Amino acid sequence: MVDLIQKSAYFGMVISLGAFFLGSFLKKKFKWGLLNPLLLSIVFTVTFLLVCKIDYNYYYEGAKYLNYLLTPATVCLAIPLFEQFEVLKKSKKAVFIGIISGVVTSMLSVLAMAVLFSFSHKEYVTFLPKSITTAIGIGVSEELGGYVPITVAVIIITGVLGNVMAEFVLKLFHIDEPVAKGIAIGTASHAVGTTKAMELGDVEGAMSSLSIVVSGMITVVSASLFAKLW
Amino acid sequence: MKYVKQFLIILAISFLGEVLHMLLPLPIPASIYGILILFALLETRLLPLRLVKETGDFLIEIMPVMFLPAAVGIIDSWKIIKPSLLVYLAVTIVSTVLVMAVSGLVTQAVLRHKKGVKNG
Repeated sequence: MVDLIQKSAYFGMVISLGAFFLGSFLKKKFKWGLLNPLLLSIVFTVTFLLVCKIDYNYYYEGAKYLNYLLTPATVCLAIPLFEQFEVLKKSKKAVFIGIISGVVTSMLSVLAMAVLFSFSHKEYVTFLPKSITTAIGIGVSEELGGYVPITVAVIIITGVLGNVMAEFVLKLFHIDEPVAKGIAIGTASHAVGTTKAMELGDVEGAMSSLSIVVSGMITVVSASLFAKLW
Repeated sequence: MKYVKQFLIILAISFLGEVLHMLLPLPIPASIYGILILFALLETRLLPLRLVKETGDFLIEIMPVMFLPAAVGIIDSWKIIKPSLLVYLAVTIVSTVLVMAVSGLVTQAVLRHKKGVKNG
């Protein structure tokens, strides 16, 4: 059976979509915040691979086509951005100050905890790009001499956390303006969080999409300065 | 044919983003160039929204599942993460909550300040 699965070209895709479908179904049925479709599908897929002792590379062989669609899908985030451009123009000052404050908070908090947990320089720079989109984050980590596979893992975990916790955190801090909600989610948890922002509303989704682009660019420019601090 | 045309346009823009990424010496990925190109085309009306709308909305809707392969990839780096798992998780959780709270609160404060100035 395992041998059959490892030879199959479609297995990776079937288990991915199946896990995601199951996750979405459970979320709809129980409407419980922690039942996040993405988080559930990660848990289902990982459990399945571990229990059946299937190597990740065999899974990826089929699932890589999902990865392939990520760039075109990210490009499409320009659509909600275009549709909500009037809202953005009206609040551009708040939006940009908000995103900059978020990027600075991200790096300062990593710095503070690097000091607290006495990280090595390599560990510190590995975490610096944690809140930005994977494709940019890999580049930043590489350039600063970070540990790239850990950066990728941390970025993904950050995204999933942002996605799962967004509604709770926004409520806790009384962030209720749609523009502010979108900026908060996108700046903290990039594209993975943005999929949650899209669920909350059109304005939230557009602002979150914008944050991915802007916070990514600001991080590229400022990370090398922060890298010198520890 | 509508969907073929829409998908073609979206892929062509992704390709253009890739070309820019390869030619320009900046650490900006193809997808970010692509967002900027598509946005510029829509905003200048060179490309009408109807030529990308349905396929674009579909791709965005199924986007969460596209992160699955990368996320499951964590099992591949598990051995290196495991010894420091708790510390790494703590850093990630605290920092993510802080960034979300600060950027959201600052955006909201500036928005409301502006409204207050206008009204008063």
